[in-house]
Amino acid sequence: MNAIDKQLQLQPNRRMSYIMTIFILSILFVWSVSTIHFENVSLNGTKIAKNILVGLLNPDWSLIFNVSTGGIPYLLIETMAIAFLGTIVGALLAIPLAFLSASNIMPKPIAFVVRLLLIIIRTIPAIVYGLMFIRVTGPGPFAGVLTMSLTSIGMLSKLYVDVIEDLDKSVLESMEAIGCTLMEKIRFGIWPQLTALFLSIVIYRFDMNLRDATVLGLVGAGGIGAPLIFAMNAYKWSEVGAILLGLILLILVVEFVSNRIRTKLVRG
Amino acid sequence: MQWKLLSQKKIVLPNGKEVLEKRSIMPLMWLILLLLTFLSIRITNFSIEVIVNRISQFFVIIQQMIPPNWTYLSKLWQPLFDTIKMSLFGSILGAICALPIAMLAATNITKNKWITTSSKFILSLLRTLPTLIVALIATFIFGLGTMAGTIAIFLFTIAYVGKLLYEQIENVDMKAYEAMYSMGLTTIQAFRYAIMPQILPNYLSTSLFCFEGNVRYASILGYVGAGGIGLLLNESLGWRSYANVGMILLMLVCTVFIIETTSEYLRKKLM
Repeated sequence: MNAIDKQLQLQPNRRMSYIMTIFILSILFVWSVSTIHFENVSLNGTKIAKNILVGLLNPDWSLIFNVSTGGIPYLLIETMAIAFLGTIVGALLAIPLAFLSASNIMPKPIAFVVRLLLIIIRTIPAIVYGLMFIRVTGPGPFAGVLTMSLTSIGMLSKLYVDVIEDLDKSVLESMEAIGCTLMEKIRFGIWPQLTALFLSIVIYRFDMNLRDATVLGLVGAGGIGAPLIFAMNAYKWSEVGAILLGLILLILVVEFVSNRIRTKLVRG
Repeated sequence: MQWKLLSQKKIVLPNGKEVLEKRSIMPLMWLILLLLTFLSIRITNFSIEVIVNRISQFFVIIQQMIPPNWTYLSKLWQPLFDTIKMSLFGSILGAICALPIAMLAATNITKNKWITTSSKFILSLLRTLPTLIVALIATFIFGLGTMAGTIAIFLFTIAYVGKLLYEQIENVDMKAYEAMYSMGLTTIQAFRYAIMPQILPNYLSTSLFCFEGNVRYASILGYVGAGGIGLLLNESLGWRSYANVGMILLMLVCTVFIIETTSEYLRKKLM
């Protein structure tokens, strides 16, 4: 037996685990096949698909260049404003919660309870919050802002915690050694470490909130979702096309810009 | 805040050398941020007054949710399993389909620039549209029911897994691939034996993570008629039977928690 054969035999035998994984996956797959059914697909479907495509290619230009409050530019700005304000409020509210749930600062039980609360906040879909806040503020973008703030808190504090737990404590020790006060330690030792990463997280969340904000319109919480669903229910495909086009463009641009800013922030 | 914007700070060192401190753009950033916040407040009619006066309404609803209506539980299992099935099917199929698309989009595997650029463009286009809106469109095309939701999740999974996958493929160690390629293996064969082992753990972990998120999304897809537990959620919210809503949310939180814990465990093992 030569050296190559020996080396080959040293290779760990993973065949069993591969087979098991594939086996389990196929069982799950077969179990879930029942969600696919074609009885509801009518001939209408292809016609509508074609209409949507035609609508996307021939968008309603008058709607795109309409500068009044019913036009797409204003709706997009409103959607952005909802996401922006929601992100800011959420980002501020998440800071204390993050410190409360950081297990290296707080006692374990408190950290655990806050974490559980955050999981619950994170799991409840945005639409449910939207409907609840509409009872508070009435329909409109304000409800959207409150919803966005609440849904942002969950993820933001989870990501904040990771940053807080990774804080470089040696800087603080050396600052203490040269006699800095507590405020100076926070200002020059902790703050510079946190700001860039926190900002990067917040910008990432803004990106996500923008997508979610487009959905909130479906429940009447402002933004571009409501006109979209009205246009679809009325089969006005060129309007649908115009709205989708605006939406895609906005999200692509915001994603591009936010990615640029984030790489700059993280790399310094 | 540092208002050094207007004057560049000059520091004279003990040896007589002058050092200019760089201007900070932070004040400008804060100013823009404040301006945008102010504008957003104007546009969205944000008012603290309304929150203070009427926030109790929010807690009234929460109070009605507790305790949840336990008798409603028996009706929930079927839609809940539908939701899980939707995200499972969409995620598995989407993750499988994402692999060839990611191969086409990776510049180190596919040499044709047109193909890579257009695949990347399609992936980012699919990713821009929120799942709920894709589901809404799908209900018009595929009819009401779980099919539409599955399609929406399938498309989102392709976009998400595909993007992360091609980024990984572009960052792999190409030496083994090139060696195999020069020995006469085809692109697919070389990919299978040189690149797959490198990306497989990450690929599986990304797919699992995507599945986790998909369960969350799938739970609201019913809102636009795309099947699953969202349908009941919409109904109960519409009738203002908040005890039922509480039950649905409780089930959702439990399901998501179980799936998240399992997938986190599996992902840790993969890494």
